[in-house]
Amino acid sequence: MTEPPANPAPKALAEPVVRFDSVGMRYGRGPEILRDITFDLPRGSFQFLTGPSGAGKTTLLRLIYMARKPSRGLISHFGGDSASLSRRELPHVRRRIGMVFQDFRMLSHLNVFENVALPLRVAGRKRAEYAEDVAELISWVGLGDKMDAQPATLSGGEQQRVAIARAIVGQPELLVADEPTGNVDPAMGRRLLRLFTELNKLGTTVLIATHDITLVRALDVPILTLADGRLSVKGTRAA
Amino acid sequence: MSEDTSRPTPPPGKPARLLPPDSGRDRPLFVVASILVFLACLAAIGARGAWSASEEWTADLRGAITIQIRPVDGRDAAADAETAAAMAAVLDGVAVASARSRDQSAALLEPWLGGDLPADIPVPLLVDVRLEDGAAPPVAALEAALVEAGITAAIDDHARWIEAVARSTRLARLLALGLLALIVGAAAAVIAFAARASLAARRDVADALHLVGAEDSYIAALFERRFFLLGVKAGAAGAFFAAAVTVLVIYGGGGGAEYFLPAVAITPLEILALIAAPLFAGLVASLSARLAVAEDLRKRW
Repeated sequence: MTEPPANPAPKALAEPVVRFDSVGMRYGRGPEILRDITFDLPRGSFQFLTGPSGAGKTTLLRLIYMARKPSRGLISHFGGDSASLSRRELPHVRRRIGMVFQDFRMLSHLNVFENVALPLRVAGRKRAEYAEDVAELISWVGLGDKMDAQPATLSGGEQQRVAIARAIVGQPELLVADEPTGNVDPAMGRRLLRLFTELNKLGTTVLIATHDITLVRALDVPILTLADGRLSVKGTRAA
Repeated sequence: MSEDTSRPTPPPGKPARLLPPDSGRDRPLFVVASILVFLACLAAIGARGAWSASEEWTADLRGAITIQIRPVDGRDAAADAETAAAMAAVLDGVAVASARSRDQSAALLEPWLGGDLPADIPVPLLVDVRLEDGAAPPVAALEAALVEAGITAAIDDHARWIEAVARSTRLARLLALGLLALIVGAAAAVIAFAARASLAARRDVADALHLVGAEDSYIAALFERRFFLLGVKAGAAGAFFAAAVTVLVIYGGGGGAEYFLPAVAITPLEILALIAAPLFAGLVASLSARLAVAEDLRKRW
């Protein structure tokens, strides 16, 4: 299932979507989970983030999608220093990032349609403006007959696709997925990966955190590896 | 990836509420908030009663002076009292002056000396002088007139009592306002605590909204709206019971308690306060919720 690199962007020409410069992260007074992390996510790139459990993948993702502030170092999103963003500016930057969580983070009292439409709704769009687009997207991820379903009635793979649809409905420039195949069977994992590569071909920068080695081997793309809180970058699987 | 061939149709209907129904989670808060609003309304009505009473007492004392005609051998005290009343009545600022009879003055002494005073016991006679609204007591002019007429009398402008009453009523007002402030503060604290608890119970909603790019004000508004409505409902219940109790105290007969309770009354001001209480409770609840949510969100990036 090896595929060519998905829409590789020339680094020299594009400003990185995310840049980490000597970033460290600790929770409270605990030990440093991440140490001296320095890397770029070039615009239009597709990268994997791997590492053993507890290596700090989820913490690194939290920093990328701005759920936490780093303890030290500089992070920039879309070319701007993120530390200098005001609270009014932050949501607008967040809307440029689509996030697929390992535990989906669905709102259990909303149906599939409402969950997927959530980013558009909070951005102030009217239902009449987005209803057809959202319905089409839900169909695109193969859940056209489940728009009214509550998340609890869906399988893990279906919930994962709802989470992906919600992450991409606002046409984000960066899509970050945390263990997107962790709850699905291999066939569904391959379908989801195809979905990510299709999005990448459309210009979305994609970062997938996983320890599923089969998934990583499926594409010939750069791999970020976290171990003991430090990050190393390998050019591509083949390199 | 699409498996559907027909053009998908969005489900009909309005957007669902982002905050799920509370499922009875907020009921204890409703009860506590109702009780606090009830107490706050009673404290406010009591404070207003104390305020009105103090105003009336001091106005009564300020608006009058008393001339005490001392019994002097060889003079007709009753005639002196009538003369003093006539002289006072023509002074600037005096509305009316009237002499009390010996029987009326004796009646005032009855609690101390008993009834049926012997006729030979000299009883000081009193002249009540009512002043016009806002007029200063013409003590000097009155003294001069009395001296000129050869009447031995003492003039009491109640200054000593006015100060004592004013001091007591100031204290009563402060106590009532302090009590009101404490109850309002307690209500706000309880509601703020409940708002935090509600937010903790709905962290999933706040998290999801936060991460899909909702502004802080958008998330806070969801909680604000819920707590505003809760505050209004609790406030309405509390104000209703406070009004019922007030009406009961005023018209139900207090068995003598009216002598000890503040002079409560239902005036337009009280009605306005009772009507405003639910709105105020809603605003306090909504502000508490806003601050709690804002504080929680500020802890994140």
